Amino acid sequence: MTMLNTETRKSSWWRTNQQTLTPWLFLAPGLVMFAIYVVWPIYESFRISFYDWDGLGEKVWLGWANYQELFSDRAFKTSLYNNVIWLVLYMLAVPAGLAIAIFLNQTVRGIRIYKSLFFFPFVISQVVVGLMFAWFYAPNFGLFYKLTELITGKGIAILANPNLATYGIIAAGLWPQIAYCMILYLTGLNNVAPDQIEAARLDGAKGLKMLWYVILPQLRPATFIAVVVTVIGALRSFDLVSIMTNGGPFGSTRVLSYYMYEQALSEYGYRMGYGAAIAVVLFGIMMIFISGFIWKMVRDERGMR
Amino acid sequence: MFPRPIEQTSRASQVMYKVALPVALFIWLFPLLGVALTSVRPSSDLASGNYFGMPSSFAWHNYVEVFQNSPIGRYILNSFKVTIPTVIGTLALSCMTGFALGIYRFKANIYVFFLFVAGNFVPFQILMVPVRDLTYSVGLYNTTTGLALFHIAFQTGFCTLFMRNFIASLPRELIEAARVEGIAEWRIFWYIVLPLMRPAIAALSVLVFTFIWNDFFWATVLTTSASTQPVTAGLSSLNGQWVAAWHLVSAGSIIAALPPVAMFFLMQKHFIAGLTLGAVK
Repeated sequence: MTMLNTETRKSSWWRTNQQTLTPWLFLAPGLVMFAIYVVWPIYESFRISFYDWDGLGEKVWLGWANYQELFSDRAFKTSLYNNVIWLVLYMLAVPAGLAIAIFLNQTVRGIRIYKSLFFFPFVISQVVVGLMFAWFYAPNFGLFYKLTELITGKGIAILANPNLATYGIIAAGLWPQIAYCMILYLTGLNNVAPDQIEAARLDGAKGLKMLWYVILPQLRPATFIAVVVTVIGALRSFDLVSIMTNGGPFGSTRVLSYYMYEQALSEYGYRMGYGAAIAVVLFGIMMIFISGFIWKMVRDERGMR
Repeated sequence: MFPRPIEQTSRASQVMYKVALPVALFIWLFPLLGVALTSVRPSSDLASGNYFGMPSSFAWHNYVEVFQNSPIGRYILNSFKVTIPTVIGTLALSCMTGFALGIYRFKANIYVFFLFVAGNFVPFQILMVPVRDLTYSVGLYNTTTGLALFHIAFQTGFCTLFMRNFIASLPRELIEAARVEGIAEWRIFWYIVLPLMRPAIAALSVLVFTFIWNDFFWATVLTTSASTQPVTAGLSSLNGQWVAAWHLVSAGSIIAALPPVAMFFLMQKHFIAGLTLGAVK
């Protein structure tokens, strides 16, 4: 070995370690970007949440004061409460998506076009969805207003009503979300084992019983993903609130994601520390779900190997 | 097949199904149809209260007016300037990370993988203040580059998940055989794995394009002026200016929605393959 010159020694060193080093070289650019823009900011947000900071000047250490303030902040409570409503009602997207998928899972002529048109709302930006629904709800001439006027004799301007506005926004959000769940279930239904269905049919299973005992267990992967994306969608609800009501009327439609933005970056002042504290709470809520999802994925991963 | 194919049922329910389909579609897409009609409605219709009937004439000039009276052309250009580099950057990074995590067995593999997966789920707000601050301090605040750089990093999480699963499903014998031949690892990546990844690359390009085109939150956080804002943020500020000019808002909305819609219809198969990854075992 000592006879070898440095050139070949280097290359033989590379040869023996190539298998261990190559994955890290391939991972490096992605990992560095991810560390800078995702991992480090999470740590940094936790840190900033203990300071009073306007984004430019000196940071002033506050300890837990931002978090203590949250407890007595009524706007924060409203946002948190609205987030719960969002989470619960958004879950309707999963059964609704399944229902539409079952309705469309046929082979009649032109069904492919129907499927893609039903999926349409998901492709459009939430900004556009928000504008569409705002116009649909518009007081005095909006179709929704007219309809309620026809039925109850008095039109309801849903986005101007503090008690109803959040529900109006959630309905707008459900539209693309149902489309998303539908496409997941359509793909799932496509892959349900036909022999099991035939066997169950011979045993006399049909309708809801068939769906519950034979189909749904096979759709479990689709259901899992549908629930994951719906939870995330509900907690990320920012665009629609911003476009349709700006958190109003009287702050009644704020959700944590929007309230955080408002505190940290709006014209009311740049309270980065307080905003970061709200973000930490939102992150905590999301972490409960994320750890659940990851736990399940790790279990599946182990099962596969 | 579930439910029972409609062809096997009675004549009456077959007819009912064929009637129900277009009716359901009409109701489902009603908000969209309303906006599409309004976008070609002359403003006189709105003044006379014709909001939901057929337009009295087709005012295609609404579209011309939107381009003339607003920087929407500029917004669209900005959207492309953010979206296209993001698609290219994300795919370049995630092809590599996916290759590393899908092919090599090493101890940290699963931890790195779940770091990407978990990062992909975090709420944007936890990143907002530091990312804005970082972008500001490197002089990229209010630029399309600053916005694209963040998107590349964040989307890499989702795309790594996709790529890694795709690569892990490729036949391992192919790579083993190449190794026996003594082919260098990076050549295996470039000449053997990458050509096989074409369907995954296609699926992710359409998905990332749509996600980034439709992004609104980061556009409002990282850009502020019409010269850099993408079309989602631009539309939002136009909406503030055009109070009650619903025909213009509608035309603007349709323009903003067109590129991802066109992308979806052109690449439908890939789009759905990407979106439903993991929905079947």
